[in-house]
Amino acid sequence: MTSILVVAEHGDGAIKGATRAAVTAASGIGGEVHVLVAGQGCSAVAAEAAKIAGVAKVLVADASDYAHPLAENLADLVVGLARGYSHVLAGATAVGKNFMPRVAALLDVAQVSDITAVVAADTFVRPIYAGNGMATVKALDAIKVVTVRGAAFDRAGAAHEAAPIETVPAGPASATSRFVSQALTRSERPELTAARVIVSGGRGMGSGESFQLLDALADKLGAAVGASRAAVDAGFAPNDYQVGQTGKIVAPELYIAVGISGAIQHLAGMKDSKLIVAINKDPEAPIFGVADYGLVADLFQAVPEMSASL
Amino acid sequence: MKALVAVKRVIDYNVKARVKSDGTGIDLAGVKMSMNPFDEIAVEEAVRLKEAGVVTEVVAVSIGVPACQETLRTAMALGADRGVLIETAAEIEPLHVAKLLKALVDTEQPQLVFLGKQAIDDDAGQTGQMLAALLRWPQATFASKVTLAGGAVEVTREVDGGLETLALDLPAVVTVDLRLNSPRYATLPNIMKAKKKPIDTIAAASLGVDLAPRTQLLKISEPKARAGGVKVPDVAALTSKLKTEAKVI
Repeated sequence: MTSILVVAEHGDGAIKGATRAAVTAASGIGGEVHVLVAGQGCSAVAAEAAKIAGVAKVLVADASDYAHPLAENLADLVVGLARGYSHVLAGATAVGKNFMPRVAALLDVAQVSDITAVVAADTFVRPIYAGNGMATVKALDAIKVVTVRGAAFDRAGAAHEAAPIETVPAGPASATSRFVSQALTRSERPELTAARVIVSGGRGMGSGESFQLLDALADKLGAAVGASRAAVDAGFAPNDYQVGQTGKIVAPELYIAVGISGAIQHLAGMKDSKLIVAINKDPEAPIFGVADYGLVADLFQAVPEMSASL
Repeated sequence: MKALVAVKRVIDYNVKARVKSDGTGIDLAGVKMSMNPFDEIAVEEAVRLKEAGVVTEVVAVSIGVPACQETLRTAMALGADRGVLIETAAEIEPLHVAKLLKALVDTEQPQLVFLGKQAIDDDAGQTGQMLAALLRWPQATFASKVTLAGGAVEVTREVDGGLETLALDLPAVVTVDLRLNSPRYATLPNIMKAKKKPIDTIAAASLGVDLAPRTQLLKISEPKARAGGVKVPDVAALTSKLKTEAKVI
């Protein structure tokens, strides 16, 4: 009997989209889907999880040890619950990527990372080599530990009726790992992985200041702002803007690539976008090979003109 | 204090991977191989800690076929003191790698283990966390800053939406992200010196780790190709297409 534990991720009192995508993947596997919410003072989050379509039960571990998602604490909690399940799923986010392999190793099972499709209860598709190959992998262990690419699955919506919520005891707390501080980029704009529209800049932006041109366009479109690895490496944009193999994987309805040549590593992070627009002065740039609409132009003229016309 | 750095031999970062026509794997025949770029950053960080007088010895370890010795030589040219090759021709998975590394940690007793946050071939991103779990050590993944003080390591991590700083008691496992440092280029004198540094070879089979497969690769296929679209002459044409044809804005 398949039964699936989805480990929820939440922030600012709300369930992350990656968790809803993981619930969709879980529903695709079949069987009963439970969601674990670990946090401090997280009853509102648990209530939200209970109203996600496809969720049969919510488990809540409410303790100060879960105020921050430390991998050691989360992994021990999940391992304590996992024996009763055939699958443990979480979003392939910075949090999921951090604690899930720890869960797998403690259970002595393999992890299947970053799946983009469910083929069967034990068989999944995942990208390798920066998305240049799609591997179909069968997990042979009794418990399948899987992280789910949020951009590859729809987000599970609202249920008609709320699932029951059950409290579970907190697991052991790590004595050797401590949260010190965090510095989150506060933005009025949507998060990259949740945005309907993304405006991304590359090395062609030339400087960090010129990203303001993208900010102006993003404001007009209600878009998130992203960057290629080249732009991040050059110091034009912070690392959490990075879209690509080693950054965030996105699939918005509209992706506008500005001054981005289209390196393999970048394409791996955005080529599943529904519509791609490329603005680049080099007509030979590989980005035009994947763009639905390509504009060969100087971005320093085209972007302000586009902002003004919207 | 000893630091251990795990380095993987992978397809060179600048080479485009091609799926074999029979769907059994990626065609690596005659393809340039290099050290996983994240592992280079891991080596650089360990070497900088040695240069700062915090770490006394940097040991590089690689797992795989004899050709992985080249990867160890690269690590030593960057400043690692010696290399260990855990030799196996088996197709091994992150859990196996973590178990083999644990066996080496048990004998080498490092205080810090550095690894890349992911390898650019399988893109799994699991080994460091698995090693930390098996050792029951604390972990910090996606490091962008590492500071050692008083038996603890403070690590700033790249997380969704910004940065997070953790303090870990030693010993600990750290996996490194892009912005931690810019690895140096190996100079010719250092490449020559690296040839004289020792590499120990250990047979993976001698470490008592079960290397039976935990996953089965059924096939590898080409990703769905995305057809290029049309070029538009100017901004007005672009916005008009977005509004009326694609209806996305």
